[in-house]
Formats: sequence, C-alpha cells, structure tokens
Amino acid sequence: MKLLIKNGRVVDPASGKDAVGDVFVADGRISESFSKPDKTIDAKGLVVAPGFIDLSARLREPGFEYKATLESEMNAAVAGGVTSLACPPDTDPPLDEPGLVDMLRRRAKALERARVYPIGALTVKLQGETLTEMGQLADAGCVAFSQANVALRDTQVLWRALQYAATFGFSVWLRVEDAWLAKNGVAHDGDVATRLGLPGIPAFAETIALGTLLELVRATRARVHVCRLSSAGAVEMMRAAKKEGLPVSCDVGVHYVHLCDRDIGFFDANCRLDPPLRSQRDRDALAQGLADGVIDSLCSDHTPVDEDGKHLPFGEAEAGATGLELLLPLALKWGAARKLSLGQTLSRITCEPARILGTASGRLASGAPADIAIFDPQAPFRVSAEALKSQGKNTPFLGYELQGRVRTTIVAGNVVYEA
Amino acid sequence: MQRDPQLNANGELQHLLSIEGLPREILLQILDTAESFAGVTEREVKKVPLLRGKSVFNLFFEPSTRTRTTFEIAAKRLSADVINLNIAVSSATKGESLLDTVANLSAMQADIFVVRHGSSGAPFLIARHVKPHEHVVNAGDGRHAHPTQGLLDLFTIRHYKKDFSKLAVAIVGDVLHSRVARSLIHGLTTLGAPEVRVIGPQTLMPSGVEALGVRVFHDMKAGLKDADVVVMLRLQNERMRGPLLPSAQEYFMHYGLTIDKLALARKDAIVMHPGPMNRGVEIDSSVADGPHSVILPQVTFGIAVRMAVMSIVAGN
Repeated sequence: MKLLIKNGRVVDPASGKDAVGDVFVADGRISESFSKPDKTIDAKGLVVAPGFIDLSARLREPGFEYKATLESEMNAAVAGGVTSLACPPDTDPPLDEPGLVDMLRRRAKALERARVYPIGALTVKLQGETLTEMGQLADAGCVAFSQANVALRDTQVLWRALQYAATFGFSVWLRVEDAWLAKNGVAHDGDVATRLGLPGIPAFAETIALGTLLELVRATRARVHVCRLSSAGAVEMMRAAKKEGLPVSCDVGVHYVHLCDRDIGFFDANCRLDPPLRSQRDRDALAQGLADGVIDSLCSDHTPVDEDGKHLPFGEAEAGATGLELLLPLALKWGAARKLSLGQTLSRITCEPARILGTASGRLASGAPADIAIFDPQAPFRVSAEALKSQGKNTPFLGYELQGRVRTTIVAGNVVYEA
Repeated sequence: MQRDPQLNANGELQHLLSIEGLPREILLQILDTAESFAGVTEREVKKVPLLRGKSVFNLFFEPSTRTRTTFEIAAKRLSADVINLNIAVSSATKGESLLDTVANLSAMQADIFVVRHGSSGAPFLIARHVKPHEHVVNAGDGRHAHPTQGLLDLFTIRHYKKDFSKLAVAIVGDVLHSRVARSLIHGLTTLGAPEVRVIGPQTLMPSGVEALGVRVFHDMKAGLKDADVVVMLRLQNERMRGPLLPSAQEYFMHYGLTIDKLALARKDAIVMHPGPMNRGVEIDSSVADGPHSVILPQVTFGIAVRMAVMSIVAGN
C-alpha cells in the first residue's frame, strides 16, 4: 500500500524541516518518493507532522472500565493525533505481571489505533516493598518501570530498585513527591489554599523528593525520567542535574504550563490534579523550562475520571483530567505564548518524547514508522463534553476556545482517524 | 472566572457561602437586618411570619450543637418549618452521595438548606446543583468558611465598638484550621478595620496568610498590645499534642488568654470566642467569665444574624 500526502506544510521537528511538500508512505514506513500511489490525501492548507507521542495516558483498563475503556480512550488518542502513548501501571490490578502487560498490548493492538507502550510497575502491586520481575516485564513489552502516582516512601527500596534497573539498563520513570509532606494535601500550599481552606502540599515536597532521587541517580547511574514536574525549584534542579551529566530527563503535564492554583476558582474539582497546580511563578517557570529544553517533553497526563469521582467537594474529588484530545491545541497555545516556531513546539510532543521512549517514530525521516498527524493549526475548537471522544469529560479547560484540530491520523501507514 | 456563585444575576444574595467577595453593602444589609431582629428575640411573642410556609433543612454532616440549635431557633422565629438531619449518622454512612442526599431533600420541597460539612467547598458544590428557588446557607465547611459565625462576630464588634474604621482586632490561636478566623478576617477587611492581627505559633499559621490582609504575630504580648477586640479560637483536642504542639499546658503558657496578657490590650477591649471553649487551654476562666467577655452575647446575637441571613436569601 502506497500513500501520498501531498501539498501539506510538512513539519518534521527532528530534522528541522518546515516546508510545503509531499510525504510518501510505503509498507507502513516513510519512504522516498514514488510515482503511483494507491491513495492520495490532499493536505493543502494543513500541517503534516509526525504523530504525537504522549508519555502519560491512562487507559483505565484493566480495572476501571467505569471510568473509561481501552476503546474509548484509544479513539480519543487518535482523534487528538496521538499515535503512540505510554500508559502508567496504576491499573487494577497494577501492571506488575507479564501476563497483564501482554494482554493489554494484545487488546490495544486489536483495536488498530495508537501504539501502546505499557510502563511496568517498579514494585509488586506498587506497594513499594518487593521489586517486580523487570526482566520478564520488559520481555512482555514494558518500556520502563514506574510507581505511577503511588509514592515509594522507603528510600532503601528506591535505592535498590534503581540499582537493579541500572544493572539491566532499564529506565525508571518516577513522580517526585515526599509522601509525608504531601500527606492529606489537595492543593498547592500557598495563599490560594489558605483562602479556600484546603490542606496544602508545599513545593518543597517535590524538591526534597527530587533531591533524594538525584542523589540516588548519582550513586546508581540509573536512567531516570522524572514525571510531571510542578514547581519552579524542580526545574532549576533538573537544569543543574543535566548540566552535571546525570542520565536524567523530565516532562511536564499540559495543564501545568497553562494553569495555576488561582484557576481552582470556586472549588472547581476539575482543577483537582496530582501533582497540584502551583503558583503563577511555578507555572511560568515550567512553561519556560519546557521552552528552553530543561524539560524534555510535554504530556497530556490523560486521566479520565467518571462524574461521580468529580461531583464531590474539591478535596474529596478524584485527581486527574482528561487530556489526549487537548494535547495538540494546548501545545500550540503554549508554543505561541513562548513565540516558538511550529517545529520547536511540536518537538516536545514528537521527537523529544520518542527519544525518551526509545522509539523510531516521532520523525518523518525515510524508513521511520509512518505515524503521522495531519492537522489544521488554526481551526477553532471550543472544549465541551460533547466534543470529547474520551469517556472522561473532566478538564479544567471546559469552555475554553482553543485552536488546532486534527484532520487525519495515520499509524503504520494506515488511516486510523479522519475528522 | 465565573460569577460569584452566591450572588444572583442582580447581584443579590442567593446563597450565603462565604464572606469573601461579598460587597460591603450586603454585609451591612445583613447586619442592619439583624439589628431589627434583635428586638424580636426580646419580645414575649418571639415570632415574625417572614418564612411562614417555607421549609428549612438543617443538613449537618459534622456534629454541632450551638450552630445547629441557633439556626433552628432562628428559622422557627421566622415561622419556618425546620427539619434537622444529622447526616453524620444516616445517609452518608449508607454510602449515599452528597448530591443524592440533597436531590432527595429537594424532592421534599426544601426552600433553604443550612449545610455544615467537613470538606472545604462542599456548600459550593451543593449550591451549583440546587433548583433556582432553593437557597444554601453555609454553616461551616472544612477550614474554609463559617460565614454566619463571621457575621455574628462582626455584629458583636459593631454592637460594642460602633465603628470599624479605627479598630485593632487580634485573632489568637489555631488560624490554620479555623473557618471562623477566615470568615472574620474577610468581614473585617471588607468593613474597613485598619488592623487585623493573627497570633499563634508558625505551626498554626497557614502559609501566605498575610495575603488575606493580616499582620502575623508569634509573640502574644506584642500582638495584644492596644487591641480593641480579642478573638480567641478553639483549639481542637486532637491538635493539642502532636506535630503541631507539644502540649495543652505549653500552648496555654504561650497563647492562653489570661488577665495579665489581656491587660496589654486597651482598657475597654472586648473578648470573644466562637465556642465551645476549652477553659485553661486557650482561655482562662477568669477572662471567660470576666468583665471584658462578650462570649454569651455573641450566642444571642447569633440568632438575630441567622434570622437576617435566612430572611434575606429567601427574599431574593
């Protein structure tokens, strides 16, 4: 099957290309030019870019099918132009056994939508006590190991887990939040939480945990990806760690470069997120850190929550927001605010996360997997429950006017979504 | 940012959820209305027919004696039917959700929901889901707000001091967990009190509290100096000994209000407490029962203030 995408503005952040032209696809890969395509897509006036790669999207299976199903969320992914996604292990049961990982991959593959990269649990049942069989989980398809949002309190176990992962070259992806300092907290510890009477999580809950983790990386040389930074202090620590040459990378969730604790307004439970939205200063430091490259990647941190989980007082509401379908428009909004080129903007959701994930996708080079998003960067989009394919309608951006609509999504050369 | 959910499209009080954000005019309207009701409570026949035929549901998800009782008395003096629900020992323990509980009561023709809940913001959630003719009055939510207590505190201060514009008010104790303190601070700053102080150890001060417009003191003597009004906050039993404080005795030593410490305030200072008091922990009996104390009048004023709030929201 030969596919020609013609006349589009081809933006390939990995090579720096940004020019009107054609993209050729043959046998599921980007190819050199050919003369007789089996199918042609006219992308005139649209952007043709590598499909987006999301380093954190919860699909809610197994265990939380009432919140979302693999099918609903995979439809949401491709509607958002996301062609590869990594899913955290906090399912029920958690992804701590090869059989579970294998089944998830098969079920995802059968849906023929986006590529799913499971992240295995670092410890059995995410309980922070016993290491999982990382070797067998990796064989089953896990690309990294993580505790998802479950804190690993025991630093002895953390140290050993990093040593073990480093022995075999596995990547460890970790959130950083000191569980004691975050205990009972539901919002950033600052004047907004004080006003609203919400128990706070201080920013130093993040920097203290990050300090511990970086010291352990220094000792073990484990490859560590730090997930969902939320504070200005953590951005500066990551800057220094990278300068020092530690094998670390990091990402930020798409909400954190746009929102801050003030957006909680009158107790909007859609702003109940983990980590919490912090101050305006933190938000600006995160947006800038992502622009200057200290933060490698932008992810949706897609977490569909059912209505019952959000129709609760703020502190009792379940944390998380839906995000797969907002990744592109919110990335574009961030890039525009920082005056970045389209290529620079898209790099944070294409080639940069691809590097962290260790995949060959995320680029339009000849021979790369033909995972492609074709989108209209100016198309207006009013965020509403009806407009979202995800089963989760929970987002602080409800009612926002955003720009950027995906028209066609291609995975391995096959059209998996058309608007 | 959405419109303040406690005001209707005409800017009138639809619900009373928080003192924060309420215009000065509405605060004064409530205080003036309460003034007019203060007389009713002294009459032999203590009833006015303003809420005749209306139903007031007292929805208490947290235990309360004083607040619930004064709301009940206030509603009855307005001739409303009052239904008390102690949810802490009924539906919630059966797993019914907050909104389901409210929807069921709404089906029983409620007009006013008086809500106390342990989670900050719970009355806002309820207010977003009630019918247009129904009103929500916050009777205390988590650490967030206790607006009728704040209003009765303001009423008490105005009663004794007349004018807010020259007052120094000192609020002493567990500000971190206190919805009473937050509501009073917002009320005082809105009505123009020039100096609002909060006094307590760092462990009981919420971060960024200065942003509410207060000065923070850790030394009680410095904080009480020349104060016109001293408001003592209740210290919950479970917080007297643990990571926040070493013991009730040591707390009393530093922050308990004694006659000696009170002598640093102005001679005509009044002493307030939202109750229930821990004698010998935050306040010495000689002060609680002494000439500066207006703690019992506060309770009486609370009835008039709650009558005012319910009659105003029901009329809008």
